[in-house]
Amino acid sequence: MYKFLEKIDSFCGYINNWSIIRDAQTNDKYGFYADKRPIDILIKNSIINLDKPPGPTSHEVAYWIKKMLNLNKVGHGGTLEHV
Amino acid sequence: MNLVSKSGKEYVCVMQVHCDYKIEELRNIIQEFIGEIYQRPPVRSSVKRRTRKKRVYNIELLESEGRLVLMRISSEPGTYMRKICHDIGILLGCGAHMRELRRTRSGVFSEDNNLVTLHELSEAIYMYKKCNDESDLRRVLLPMEFAVCGIPKVVIDDYAVDAITYGANLNAPGLIAFQEFKRGEDVAVMTLKGELVAIGESLVTSNEIKNMKKGAIIKPKRVLMERDIYPKGWKKNEKT
Repeated sequence: MYKFLEKIDSFCGYINNWSIIRDAQTNDKYGFYADKRPIDILIKNSIINLDKPPGPTSHEVAYWIKKMLNLNKVGHGGTLEHV
Repeated sequence: MNLVSKSGKEYVCVMQVHCDYKIEELRNIIQEFIGEIYQRPPVRSSVKRRTRKKRVYNIELLESEGRLVLMRISSEPGTYMRKICHDIGILLGCGAHMRELRRTRSGVFSEDNNLVTLHELSEAIYMYKKCNDESDLRRVLLPMEFAVCGIPKVVIDDYAVDAITYGANLNAPGLIAFQEFKRGEDVAVMTLKGELVAIGESLVTSNEIKNMKKGAIIKPKRVLMERDIYPKGWKKNEKT
């Protein structure tokens, strides 16, 4: 069992035991180990826990980040005040 | 995204009370707001102003100075802190309003882990682009897999991955390991390399899996991995 999976659980203190059905090998030709992705792939598949300053809206900040990283998809997980 | 925005929140908020009050009286009133409350969204709100039921998990009175009160509140998403402050004021008899608000936790993401400012982010991007140093950027970017921290997960075989990215159900033969889950629960589908493939709804309980040789286990609701990263497994299976 790849230990990064356990790291995900410890990130938020989630406890749920794993049951393993069978042993299996993964082929290194496909995909990337989630914590060892090349930076350009990581940029496309990641979360930024951002301390947003008051003033600009969440949408504005998401748009700035999109431009800063030349991405075509950036979202945000919730606003505080929708004015 | 929904997984984060639809999960529990925690706030720290400053409330201004419009008259002098006894701290004990305030404490008692705050206690009444823990649990299920009825709340009508404020005038300036983005949802329909219909009275709705929300659950407040906890309110902690952190500090008070004069008429200002600092509180930590954890609640269901969609609960208006502004309204809670207002309603506390009504029960106190003289009114109160919210002065400042900061969200300290959204789902599994809290201020304690990797919180960065826009400034730090822009510096990290600068270091990466101009100096070819990606170490700062790597510190800032959390792999998307952390978003599924709070839900059960299953690990699948390399050959099952691509079919899922095309929307197929996860069937028993592709399953390698699992955490316990109930029927109808959100479950994250992971590869052996720890990558998030999709989030789906479980069609069975994890107890039933042990006796399953075939059949659908998880129906994907949201696929996060791109197609064709893993080889197509189903074509080979058809021939055999």
